[in-house]
This record gives sequence, structure tokens and C-alpha cells, in this order.
Amino acid sequence: MNEPEITDDKEEFDRSLQQGGTQTYVLRLYITGITPRSTIAIQNVKKICEENLKGRYELEVIDIYQQPMLAKDEQIIAAPTLIKRLPLPLKRLIGDMTDKERIFVGLDLWPK
Amino acid sequence: MSKENNIIRSSDIFLLKCQTGIRGMDDITDGGIPGGRPTLVCGSAGCGKTLLAIEFLVHGAIKYDEPGVFMSFEESSEELAQNVASLGFDLNELVSAHKLILDHVSIEPGEIEETGEYDLEGLFIRLNHSIDSIGAKRVVLDTIESLFGGLANESILRAELRRLFRWLKAKGVTAIITGERGEGTLTRHGLEEYVSDCVILLDNRVEGQITTRRLRIIKYRGSKHGTNEYPFLIDEMGISVLPITSLGLRHVVSSERISSGISRLDTMMGGEGYYRGSSILVSGTAGTGKTSIAASFADAACNRGERCLYFAFEESPSQIIRNMLSIGIDLEPWIKQELLDIYAVRPTIYGLETHLVKMYKLVREFKPKVVIIDPVTNLIAIGSDTEVKSMLSRLIDFLKSNQITAFFTNLSHTGAALEQTEFGISSLMDTWLLLRDIEIGSERNRGLYILKSRGMAHSNQIREFLLTDDGIDLVDVYLGPAGVLTGTARIAQEIQEKAAQNLHKREIEQKKREIYRRRAAIKARIAALNSEFEESQEDFDKLTQQEEAQERTLAEEQAKIAHLRAADKPNENQ
Repeated sequence: MNEPEITDDKEEFDRSLQQGGTQTYVLRLYITGITPRSTIAIQNVKKICEENLKGRYELEVIDIYQQPMLAKDEQIIAAPTLIKRLPLPLKRLIGDMTDKERIFVGLDLWPK
Repeated sequence: MSKENNIIRSSDIFLLKCQTGIRGMDDITDGGIPGGRPTLVCGSAGCGKTLLAIEFLVHGAIKYDEPGVFMSFEESSEELAQNVASLGFDLNELVSAHKLILDHVSIEPGEIEETGEYDLEGLFIRLNHSIDSIGAKRVVLDTIESLFGGLANESILRAELRRLFRWLKAKGVTAIITGERGEGTLTRHGLEEYVSDCVILLDNRVEGQITTRRLRIIKYRGSKHGTNEYPFLIDEMGISVLPITSLGLRHVVSSERISSGISRLDTMMGGEGYYRGSSILVSGTAGTGKTSIAASFADAACNRGERCLYFAFEESPSQIIRNMLSIGIDLEPWIKQELLDIYAVRPTIYGLETHLVKMYKLVREFKPKVVIIDPVTNLIAIGSDTEVKSMLSRLIDFLKSNQITAFFTNLSHTGAALEQTEFGISSLMDTWLLLRDIEIGSERNRGLYILKSRGMAHSNQIREFLLTDDGIDLVDVYLGPAGVLTGTARIAQEIQEKAAQNLHKREIEQKKREIYRRRAAIKARIAALNSEFEESQEDFDKLTQQEEAQERTLAEEQAKIAHLRAADKPNENQ
């Protein structure tokens, strides 16, 4: 993946977004039943994906109550957990996905 | 909560206990850790927390039919299996037999972004799934504090940990939670706040370059427990904790007597030797033959078909065997027949407590009837007086309660009072033999006497102690005006005595002859006197006869004269 240059120029930033924007995101959101926190997380993730990764993301929402084996296989500790499998590196975003800034860092949507 | 036979119910308190299966651990916890509750095991790095936890699960799975879940936050399942394989635990086999689940929780702080409110439900689900899938009764979380390194939101973590421990209790599993020791606190993140039923502290202390592992139960709600620090050992068999033994002096005693291997010594002790299960101390300065007496005793025990365990702190087994062969004691066959085991180790290799644990372990395994510790004094190099004494008293108690005869040798230093042991251990001993050098006439000889022997009539005599080609021999010493004589002096004295006796004999004979002679002389004189006496009698008779004859003649003469004178006839008829 291309290393975006650090710059505060708006155009440069948009361009880098365009460049990075070719990759397909594979995301898994692990939730624990239909709790208010799960619901908020699903809504927030969907919104961010639609706004930033429209057309180039796969999002799977998995209830680990239904598939507890996955919790071990996927090394899930906290809930909700959003795992960015692709592009690499692998990232785990935990929480109800309200901290937009952290999500952008985690999903590498924001230039560092 | 499970009430299977392996979770024992204490008779006086209604607290379920879960046997750990770790040697000694269940003794000091009075039956095990709290059943169905979490127990915190804390300690600094490398003190055996993980091993203790693994053993708890392995014993549970094998001995008590209680499957277990090991949730590791540090080591991977493969690493764990490898690490404990050296202790003879095959984790993979237990895993495939559905008796154990290893779950490695890996936390990579670099992968994690916290994006808001969360909980640790993922962990709960994992644990729950593992527990339910094999019907686990035991759970280990090692070391859950690693979560603090991976997750930044401490308040969420704390709340979730509190919830986790409550959940474990509700689940009814017996759990061990390990925690790294912190500065001034038991665990770095204060886990002791949440796990309050039972807290066990492990410690690995270095004193004088020797490390000793110790275990202490800081807290055990609702149960009595040993409060001391107990040394423990990690060896090829896992953990063994030294249990309390010195609680009471209640051991049964035997009145059976066993030979010391030296017949004359048996004679000195009422003709029968030591009591079985008693403790015997032999003290003496260097080179007085302590090891020889010990070896004789070992030899005698093996001859009776009893097993003997010999702890040598000074000489190697082959050295002992060679040296004893020189006095006609052949120990090698006994070793081959597995009646004798010589366990030689440098005292400084472990701490005192570790030695003790090791000795306990060996005694339990070998099941000897006789234990020899040669010399007990070498242990002083690694501990203070009080430590040595306490260790020995525990050892003696342990041996006595198992009816094992304990034989100690004690090296007294030249110059120090002989009748004084280094650490006042003599009061722990039932029989005390003292070997001493007797230095007379520019030679050193060995003397032996029984200083004390509880419960038996014993000789108060000093015997000379001889090391011959055929073993040990005790002979009477010469007691004379010059004191005790031994060795050459004794032999010289004996020769001298014999000479004196011969002389005396001759003198008497001479005197006897003189008397004979005198008597003969007197007899001769009596004979002479007798003849004199007879002679004088004859003279007397002769004189009497002469006088009579004279008188007769005189009367005749007078009558003749009167007749001649015609004198008046005396009126004879008037």
C-alpha cells in the first residue's frame, strides 16, 4: 500500500484518498447479540463504510453468541470488535464505533 | 455447585474444597483450594505460577476426572505444552481426550484501536464455550493482567474483571487466576480486590546465593490453613510443597529394637540396639569413625532386608563404598539389590528448605526404613542456626511419624565442647553416641560412649573403638590410676600387667618354699627336743633307781649295825 505523504494541503489529501481508494476492504464486525451497544456499532460502521468506502468494502456482521467457536479462532476479547482483515495490516477496532477519529486511524482512512 | 466425590466436604465447615493434587498443597490448605471459587496465585516472574496452575488442571483431569480450561494470556498453547512436557505432562494428549482445553488469548496492542464503549463479552463467550464443551470444572486464567497491557480503558477493564470473577463463581468452576507481583501490592493491577476467597503467594528468594521457593497462603476465607511460608520445589515431577509436620508430637513409637550392626554396641544398649523409629546422633571430631558407624548401621539394615537411604553431604557414593570396603563393609551388593540408595549432593546446591523438600520426596519414593544423614553439620553452611534446627526438627518429625529410624552424624569441631552439638539438635535425638579422640603416648585412638539413650538401660562405659579389616570392634579400655588407656598404651599396659602378675606369682612361690623350709626346720627341732626329752626322762629314771638302791642299801646297813650293836630292838610289836 502506498505511503501517503504528510501534508496539510487539501488537494494533496484528496488525491491520496483517491490513490488509496482503490483497495477493497474486508471487514468483520463481531457483536454479542442485539444489545444497544451492538446496534450502535453496526449503525456507525455501516455509515462510515458507506461514506468512505462505498462500493469497495465487504462487511460481515457476526453474532458470536451464535458462533462461539469464532471468538477463539478470531481472538476476540472485547465486544463489539471490528476486524479489518484487508488491506493489511490487520486491525482490531473495539468499542461501539463512536470515536470517528480512532476509526479513521484504525481503518487507515486518515493520513497519519 | 458440583458435589462429586472429588470435591470434598469439610466436616466442620461447609466449604467445598477442591483438591489440587499437588503434593503437600492440599495438606497446607486443609483439603484444597475453595471449590467453585476463584483463587489468586500471585508472585514475581519465574516463581512457578503457571506451573502450579497447569498442575492443578492436569491432576484434575487425570486424578479427579475434572476437565479443565487453561486460558493463557502470555504463552501460546504450543509453548505451554512444550514447557511442561519436561515435567512429564502431555497436554496435547489431554486435549485430544477432551479433558483439557488450551486457549491462547493473544493481545497485540498495535492491532487494537479503541473506538468507544466496549465490554469483554468476547472473552466470556470464549471461556463459556470452552467450559461447556468439555464440562470443565477447573479454569485457569494466566495471567489475566496482560489485558491491562493491551487495553487502555482501565475503568472498563476493572468493571469487566469484577464481572468475570462473579461470573466464574456463578458458573461454579474452581478457578486459579495468576497475577504478577507488583510494587507494594500483591498484583500489579490489584487483582486481589476482586479475588478475595483465597490468595496464595509464591516467592523465590535468594539468600547467600541460594534460592529457595516459598509458598504462603495469605488468605483463605472460611477455612483454616497453614499460615507459615512453606518451601516448595520444582523438579522433574512438578511441584512439591513441604507440608506442616511439626504440628504435634503424636507419632506412635515402636518398642522394636534393631541392631546397630556392631554387636558390642548393641550390648552396650541393653543387648538389643536402637529402637526402631528413633533418632540417633553420632558426634565426634574429624576422623573419629562416624561414617563407619553409619555404614555399619546401613549394612545391618540391608542385611535385615530393609531399605536404607543414605544422604551423603561430603563424599560421593563411590568414595563411601570404597572406604567402607576397607573396613570390611561391602555396600555395593545392597545398591545393586536396590536396598540401599546413596544420594550424594553438595549442601550448597540448594537452600535448606529445598534440601528438606528433596529429602521428603526421596523418602516418599524410596520408602526406606532407615535414613542416614552424613553429616548433618554440613547443612549449617547454608542456613542459620535456627533455620537448621527447625529444618531438622521437621525432618525428624517426618521420619518418626513414618517409623523411619534416622541416623545423623555430627562433626564437632576440635576445641569446642564435645558434648555440645552445633545447633542444639541433641535434644531432638533419642540416642546420642559420642566418639572422641583419646590422645595418649603420642598416639590418637578412638573412644566411644553412649551419652544418652532414651528408654533403655545403657552402658556408661567408654569403649575403645577399633576399625579393623572385619568391621568395627569395641574393646574395653584400660582404666588405671593414669586414666583411660587406649591403643598401644593399652597393649603396653596389658603386657606390663602380665609381667607384674608373673613376678608376683614367682614371689609367692618363693615365699611358699621358704615357709616349707621353715616348717621342715621346726619339725627337725621338734624331733631333737623330743629325743632330748626322752633322754632326760631316762636320766630321771636312772637317778630314781639309784636313789632307791642307795636308800635300800642304807637301811640294810643300819639294820646291820643295829644288829651288831644289839641295840634294843625297837619295839616293833608295841
